[in-house]
Amino acid sequence: MKSLTTAPNPSAPPRVPQASAPSPTGRERIAPLLQRHGAFAVLVALVLVSSFVFPSFGTLDNAQNVSVQASFIAVVALGMTLVIITGGIDLSVGSVFALGGVLAAWASQYGFWAALLLPLVVCGAIGTLNGLLIARAGMAPFIVTLATLLGARGLLLALTDEGATTYLVPRDSAFAELGQGTLGGFGYPVLVALALFAVGGVVLQRTSFGQSLFAVGGSADAATLMGLPVARTRVLVYLLSGLLAGFAGALNAARLSSGVTIIGSGMELDAIAAVVIGGTLLTGGAGSVSGTLWGVLLLAVIQNLINQIGSLNSSYQSVVSGGFLIVVVVAQRYLARARRT
Amino acid sequence: MTQLSPALGRRAVRLAAPAWFQKYGVYTAVAALLVYNAAFTDHFLTAANLRTQLVQVAPVVIVALGMALVIGTEGVDLSVGSTMALAAALLPLYLGYGIVPALLVALVAGVVVGAVNGTLVAVVGLQPIVATLALFVGGRGLALVMADGQLKQIENADLLALGSGEVLGVPDVVLIAGVLALVVAGVVHRTTFGRQLVAVGGNRAAARLAGLPVRRVLIGVYVLCGVLAALAGVLATARLTASDPSALGNLMELSAITAVVVGGTPLTGGSVRVLGTVTGALLMQLLRATLVKHDLPDSTAQMAQAAIILIAVYVARERRSR
Amino acid sequence: MAPSEAALATPHPGADGAAPPAVLEAVGVGKRFAGVVALDDVSLTLRRGEIHALVGENGAGKSTLIKVLTGVHRPDSGELRLGGEPVSFARPHEAQQAGVSTIYQEVNLVPMMSVARNIFLGREPRNRLRLIDFPRMHREAADLLAGFGVTADVRRPLNTLGVGTQQMVALARAVSVQARVVVMDEPTSALEPREVETLFRVIEDLHSRDIAILYVSHRMDELYRICERVTVLRDGRLVHTGDLAGLDRTQLVSMMLGREVSEVRRHGVTQFSGAHDAAREPVLTARGLSRRHLLDEVSLQLRPGEVLGLGGLLGSGRTETAKALAGALPLDSGTVTVGGRELRRPSPAAAIRAGISLLSEDRKAEGIVPGLSVRENIVLAAMPRLSRAGVVSRKQQDRIVRIFMERLRIKAAGPEQKVEELSGGNQQKVLLARWLCLEPKVLLLDEPTRGIDVGAKAEVQALIDELAQEGLAVLLISSDVEELVEGADRMVVLRGGAVAGELSGDLVTEADLLGALAAHPSEPPAPASEPAVSETPASEQPACEPPASGPPASEPPADASPSAPHADKEQP
Repeated sequence: MKSLTTAPNPSAPPRVPQASAPSPTGRERIAPLLQRHGAFAVLVALVLVSSFVFPSFGTLDNAQNVSVQASFIAVVALGMTLVIITGGIDLSVGSVFALGGVLAAWASQYGFWAALLLPLVVCGAIGTLNGLLIARAGMAPFIVTLATLLGARGLLLALTDEGATTYLVPRDSAFAELGQGTLGGFGYPVLVALALFAVGGVVLQRTSFGQSLFAVGGSADAATLMGLPVARTRVLVYLLSGLLAGFAGALNAARLSSGVTIIGSGMELDAIAAVVIGGTLLTGGAGSVSGTLWGVLLLAVIQNLINQIGSLNSSYQSVVSGGFLIVVVVAQRYLARARRT
Repeated sequence: MTQLSPALGRRAVRLAAPAWFQKYGVYTAVAALLVYNAAFTDHFLTAANLRTQLVQVAPVVIVALGMALVIGTEGVDLSVGSTMALAAALLPLYLGYGIVPALLVALVAGVVVGAVNGTLVAVVGLQPIVATLALFVGGRGLALVMADGQLKQIENADLLALGSGEVLGVPDVVLIAGVLALVVAGVVHRTTFGRQLVAVGGNRAAARLAGLPVRRVLIGVYVLCGVLAALAGVLATARLTASDPSALGNLMELSAITAVVVGGTPLTGGSVRVLGTVTGALLMQLLRATLVKHDLPDSTAQMAQAAIILIAVYVARERRSR
Repeated sequence: MAPSEAALATPHPGADGAAPPAVLEAVGVGKRFAGVVALDDVSLTLRRGEIHALVGENGAGKSTLIKVLTGVHRPDSGELRLGGEPVSFARPHEAQQAGVSTIYQEVNLVPMMSVARNIFLGREPRNRLRLIDFPRMHREAADLLAGFGVTADVRRPLNTLGVGTQQMVALARAVSVQARVVVMDEPTSALEPREVETLFRVIEDLHSRDIAILYVSHRMDELYRICERVTVLRDGRLVHTGDLAGLDRTQLVSMMLGREVSEVRRHGVTQFSGAHDAAREPVLTARGLSRRHLLDEVSLQLRPGEVLGLGGLLGSGRTETAKALAGALPLDSGTVTVGGRELRRPSPAAAIRAGISLLSEDRKAEGIVPGLSVRENIVLAAMPRLSRAGVVSRKQQDRIVRIFMERLRIKAAGPEQKVEELSGGNQQKVLLARWLCLEPKVLLLDEPTRGIDVGAKAEVQALIDELAQEGLAVLLISSDVEELVEGADRMVVLRGGAVAGELSGDLVTEADLLGALAAHPSEPPAPASEPAVSETPASEQPACEPPASGPPASEPPADASPSAPHADKEQP
């Protein structure tokens, strides 16, 4: 504490501590900790146990494998985190992800930048549309983004002759390299995702924009009266979500070398699941980017384990995700109650 | 609290038109589509075609009826598609005991799903989107696990008869949907449960203080929605003559919500429009059929559907924000 | 109707050269909502460094005027002037930028964010990298709050603090921006007496720094203690502007109510007729109601045919007690007995079955179902009784609804009109009808006349009287001291969630109640027969109602005089 070195502050005379609130009880301390770090703790435990149980799990190979697979959904979930912190939801990300991939693959014939920028422009426009309808027209986020889910998928089908055409990314192009290249054994997508999370964390915690996300999600009325640009914040956050989903799609296309038309359906739910498991409140106003990262990894590890146990049908993945989701949201609910009383 | 929105003054002037539009827009749109097709589409207003349309829309109508009830309580049920898949997956496992036990098992699955959703919403106090999300994700997985991910042909004659049978030229499926619509309308308007449901949706706290059994009503609503979805799953399976848990009911939650919203039920709860919901489902079906008849691809239909949802919600928004 | 010409005839015409210049002016401002006039040609001048009271009944247009001044609403006509120049605030943000900050009635901060973040939201201190400098922010927030007597950790989420502390945080935020004008909308409504004193110190400080304050309150004593000038609104119109010191309280009240001075004097402001005849066995007995942080061993009895007043300051546990009696607040311990039978597993439904009805204080949030008709709102609780085998009976409903709409004189286009389209007073009557048609034994009324117009208020008060005469046991909660004193036969006073004393007999006066409210916590509660705790309180712990000290002498006068209303109460 710096204040010890300075002279006693004249403007803050010692006061009878009657106005101070009582110190937090044990339960009040544990609840936020669990909320914030629960996913991380479970992830660590799961990784440790699995490394002992499955010899093939704890290998570097497998770690690289899991991380690459998780990186695309991670980027989508990053945008979703920001949206959910404002108290909204973006169901269109799965479609936008697929659309981004198709657009990138188609544009890759015109070079690296075209392949990167076209999906960003189109998906950013869809995100902006979401944001405008939600923030300016006051429509419910889930229904707006459900509609754009449908619209984006329609657009994708229209671009690909009703899904019959699959655009290919030219081999050995710079764009394909973005998806397939590695650095230190880890694919570029992993590094890009990590970089985006780092930036996202700083933006969320250390900028006014980040603070206004929490404020809008915590109480939009209060934020308005405090003079924050609520509508603009909302539009921006959906724009960001669209951009990130489109970018993840482009990255995925680069990795797969093609714009696959049938992916992305249900991705929004995986992203939401990861965000919620990571401790972000679906009601808005609280959450963290790092938690989402742990949530994504947790789901990816579970998926990986189900694959490791060869006898298990891959459908178990969604059963486990669904079960996890229930446990987490119910736990969150009771933790929130514990904090309040 | 006074509205914070600065646009209040302007809104008053615009209020009348959207109010009318929300109430009658869907009927007008259906009528307009029919007139358009009568004039410009060959072989549209034929018994055979109308019959096809009705048969296709029947499962959506049944699911949408349940969804309308849930939305009336200011909720939403995203798990309906998964519930259909669950019912479809369970059917072939129990058809060996005859159609009645199999049907019962499928419907019980709907009850269970609804009870879980309802408990999460009413007792635990989760937001409906969150509560039903879990079963949306997990339900289909469970169905696939049970069916081993396989599509199974249906051989049971009774079940197949349910799918293709008819009474006086009206297919059984359509008949069932019609009867259910009447029943649900009766429940909403004439029973204490229905009126309590609307009150719970209109003001939860007030309903609780007025001594209404809020939890029981909420759980009941989600159970009803689950049962209706399961029944829709059974009927759709009978129509398909195969149990296909991986595809059945995909995006059904979207179609059902669309039908409800386009039919003029506000997402904010406190009102249920049964006839509007049925008409809303019909509108989306007719729209798609019209586009297909004019050789417009599915992608266009999807984008048109998206636009209609947005318009319907936009109009509803004008109504409630006073 | 030309009320109180005397006051209107002697305005201060600008007070000429002597007065300091205006900082913020509203000139001929008009505002309509959905066709309803909220403000009609209202002007207000706020001079530099003055403390200006804005008063009016509910619905007078105070809130709308504030929101126009602070950029939440834009006026339909007229203009705002800041320092003489016309301005237009498109958003609250612009008003704040221009130096107009506001503290709203309900704390308008973000509950889940930390205290420091709330104070600096939107203008956080940054470091060289343009990122938020949290150490500095926390330091500055702590320093700032120390001046308001708040020593809580500024990193704690706001919602872990008490309401009063939260209000102080809001105040700190409003003041810490470079404000030229601070608008305070009922700032003391959630404050403890000690916190009110802190607030007044802060206001004094702002005053000395030449910051203008627009102070909205309906607590007369506060106004007379700190304000210099006053503007009175009624029904969206300007009624009076002038110095407060020369204005008699009765005149002020009569301007707010739009009644003749003599009329106010004679009736007080209430429509109660006086004592009821109630001496029989209690119908309801509550023993040791306790709930952590809220209620502490509250016991009371309610007899048929009496109106029991429940007195206490905000946060004293009045609403909680009523909710506990109605089964709407889970208890840690304690029992409620109705008609000799104990309520097991309390819930609103069980309480209703036992004959207890609660009219909640929050009409919008806990009362009306806005989308339903008047009829359905009335029969909501009685629905199971008015239906057979789960099917509702319209015939029975219509009969009940007709009876109650007539008896309570509910003004609606018809039973099928949506309840949200009714005025506040008529909505309140609909809710009363909802409870009365259950034929309860015990009626708990939590602020039954808050936020409704004067006419409806009188009708509701008369109805309470009538119900008690018919043998109903009524529990009345009201922050309108006058209403409580005149309406109740007997009074239980709560403080800090516990029973602080009971006042009964004809001797119950406002002074007695105020004395009991302000009594020192360690004082033993007053014996039941002897009202008044009197002497001790004032200097030690000033309550908000009776001012301990302060420039404009204020203690007894005029309309608050408790003896007058009881003297002659023959009403039609």
